[in-house]
Amino acid sequence: MTFLRHALTHIGPVASPLKRAALRNIAPGAVNMAQRRWQSNSAFEMIVRDALNAALEEEMVRDETVFLLGEEVAQYNGAYKVSKGLLDKLGPQRIVDTPITEIGFAGIAVGAALGGLKPICEFMTFNFAMQAIDHIVNSAAKTHYMSGGHIKCPIVFRGPNGAASAVAAQHSQCYAAWYGSVPGLKVVSPWNSEDAKGLLKAAIRDPNPVVVLENELMYGVSFPVPEAVQSKDFLIEIGKAKVERQGSDVTLVAHSRAVGFSMGAAEKLAKEGISAEVINLRSIRPLDIDTIIKSVKKTNRLITVEGGWPMYGVGSEISAQIMESDAFDYLDAPVTRVTGADIPMPYAANLETLACPDEDVITTVTKKVLNKKIGA
Amino acid sequence: MAQMERDYLSNFPTLSLPAAFSQPIYPKTMLRTLLSTIRRGPIIHQLRTPVLVSAIARPVRAFASTTTPLQEAPNDKRGEKVHFLGATSSYFVYEMKFIQNMEPIPTYRVMDQNGHVKVQQDELEVSKEMAVKIYKDMVTLNMMDLILYEAQRQGRISFYMTNYGEEAYMGSAAALQPEDVIFGQYREAGVLLYRGFTLDEFMNQCYSNEGDIGKGRQMPVHYGSKKHNFQTISSPLGTQIPQAAGAAYALKRAGRKNCVMCYFGEGAASEGDFHAALNMAATTKCPVIFFCHVTYDPYVTFFRSISRNNGFAISTPVIDQYKGDGIASRGIGYGIDTIRVDGNDVWAVYNATVAARKLAVEENRPVLIEAMTYRIGHHSTSDDSTKYRDRKEVERRELDNPITRLRKWLEVKGWWGEAEEGALRTDRKKEIMRSFNAAEKRKKPAVMELFTDVYDKLPPNLVEQQRELNELMEKYPEHYSTEAYAKGK
Repeated sequence: MTFLRHALTHIGPVASPLKRAALRNIAPGAVNMAQRRWQSNSAFEMIVRDALNAALEEEMVRDETVFLLGEEVAQYNGAYKVSKGLLDKLGPQRIVDTPITEIGFAGIAVGAALGGLKPICEFMTFNFAMQAIDHIVNSAAKTHYMSGGHIKCPIVFRGPNGAASAVAAQHSQCYAAWYGSVPGLKVVSPWNSEDAKGLLKAAIRDPNPVVVLENELMYGVSFPVPEAVQSKDFLIEIGKAKVERQGSDVTLVAHSRAVGFSMGAAEKLAKEGISAEVINLRSIRPLDIDTIIKSVKKTNRLITVEGGWPMYGVGSEISAQIMESDAFDYLDAPVTRVTGADIPMPYAANLETLACPDEDVITTVTKKVLNKKIGA
Repeated sequence: MAQMERDYLSNFPTLSLPAAFSQPIYPKTMLRTLLSTIRRGPIIHQLRTPVLVSAIARPVRAFASTTTPLQEAPNDKRGEKVHFLGATSSYFVYEMKFIQNMEPIPTYRVMDQNGHVKVQQDELEVSKEMAVKIYKDMVTLNMMDLILYEAQRQGRISFYMTNYGEEAYMGSAAALQPEDVIFGQYREAGVLLYRGFTLDEFMNQCYSNEGDIGKGRQMPVHYGSKKHNFQTISSPLGTQIPQAAGAAYALKRAGRKNCVMCYFGEGAASEGDFHAALNMAATTKCPVIFFCHVTYDPYVTFFRSISRNNGFAISTPVIDQYKGDGIASRGIGYGIDTIRVDGNDVWAVYNATVAARKLAVEENRPVLIEAMTYRIGHHSTSDDSTKYRDRKEVERRELDNPITRLRKWLEVKGWWGEAEEGALRTDRKKEIMRSFNAAEKRKKPAVMELFTDVYDKLPPNLVEQQRELNELMEKYPEHYSTEAYAKGK
């Protein structure tokens, strides 16, 4: 046996308990959530990472022009193991390891898309994608328009977005607002496994450039999924939000991990007799404002929840669009935003917790909103 | 222990060498993992150090074998070979020396400034038809540039960029096949012209009228034509370079025997995109030709020197863009076949491109061609180059005109003369003016084209806004005159 194989067989049993221990210490919330049971009509459970892996594999088997490129996606099985096993199944032409140059491989990916392939460009996190953002915005997003509709760019940019745990400011920014503002891009932000699989598959099949904002802390979380999710053609329409929980007193709109916090807050509020409706945005762009308007007309109060910064954010946009719509007349209180703190993310665990909104923050804010009267 | 091992081990004062390291392993993966782990962050479970592994795996045997000799490497006459990966052709030396310059890279040319071929063996096997076509197209390009530049000065179009002095790149267009894909920078209109883009199509794009393929969405000279395999020009400098490598990868995957031709200037070669692209094209083996026109474009130098705050504007030295031996030395640094050519010699450019294409298509190797030329005109209509360069310098450079050189070559061959010249110029002038006047009179694109093509289908918000605008326009026609616009759907 070569040294490597010998070594790997010894690493194997050592690594996973270490890994599990690490996860337990770093992200107690994630483990908690794994033990929660959301309403479902099936006993089949799927973790988000596996949902993404299945989506990638199914789409690459279905269409041979689809391929994945990024740092560590092939031999290392993915920095977060999302592309585990794909190199073995599909080969190095389809799963391509790149040098450490986001500007380089994003540019190569855009060129490949312009040349007729369907690349999936993985960023280790979207923080590093800032080094490639010119290719995403100036080339991928704008080319179809600027070429008069002649040149298509069917590319998917995906990777973890937003706060992780103990990785400090340069690894924790949320880019939903940045990419959501660009005409020509579609932007999706999955929460659970069903979202992850359906949205990633829809993104790959979409002929427009799509940004898929995943979340590192959600990768290991398990969710019960309906049977339909197991189908090879399970797609979620991009641009449609989902009402995860019906309610009548207040609407909570969130995307990505914040949906989980909103659901937790809704349960807490239910114990106090407050019925919260939780909407999972799923898509940042196009924004499904109609679902939100319909909900506001029912509940008369709206709170947006996100992990990103408050200024010029997702909540700001929803707030503006609600004001411009006829839902404004149905509001009994101003739209309130719950967001991450307006600071670069600190590293110290206690400070980091204070900088991110969680169930308690949402619950407190909701109770305030319900006691607020306009003009009072 | 042999002296050699002692020397080697003295590089690692605190690390004793486990047996593991004496065997060939797969260090590339591990090194890369280490590198990316160190760079990326503290996710604990990802740390995998070879030393730790071997310590767990073979706690006793790991340290017992430090006397195992390293693999004997054959010496060559330069000395003992180096073991380090990433420098496998290297050899040890015992004299410390910093390397400043390699041998300067020579510049390939075929004919001199008077159109005479220097080395008879280089006499080209080119057909009269192709040579004359190249010449005619260079003249057409030049005349079109004159008209459209003036049009901008008269306020008829908003922007233009001329090709003066650089027209010899047309030789590279002649060396390609029609199915080869072009990713240009902005000064390659001649390539499109050579491929058959009509004068009408050029003018329509500059005038952004209803005949424009791009529906009036780009600045003038940002041409694009799917039919001619010419990728729509993208303004940010250098972004086309990695995209060209990616498109070449797509061609390779599709099994097509074509290459991608990527043009850029020496200023754009400072961009990060350039470096990433060359590195990746070499490692991924993409069939792409990187063509760098080195124009000693002082505008770009001027612009960059301002941003570097050195205070000098007019008297900034021309070569402030880089210190190394041009762009060619970088290609070699990335492991790419490289050649430097006389960029005013259309046949040198042609020959180099033919050879480069062969390497790219048949062996999937990227190639870098550095074409030395000089930009006679201003950078664009937004520039006045007299502000940063000496007029006399420009006049001196103008004496080596690529169009004139080719003409002289043709005349030596007996394939061209005064009569043909006169006829060509008269005919082209008439055609250009006809096309120009027609383009000016054409209507602008339909108003509804404002909303289309953001995505493949109109999103709901734009459908709504389009409907609103339509209603307004119908209700108040006197306020929304669409006389100047084409009728849309």
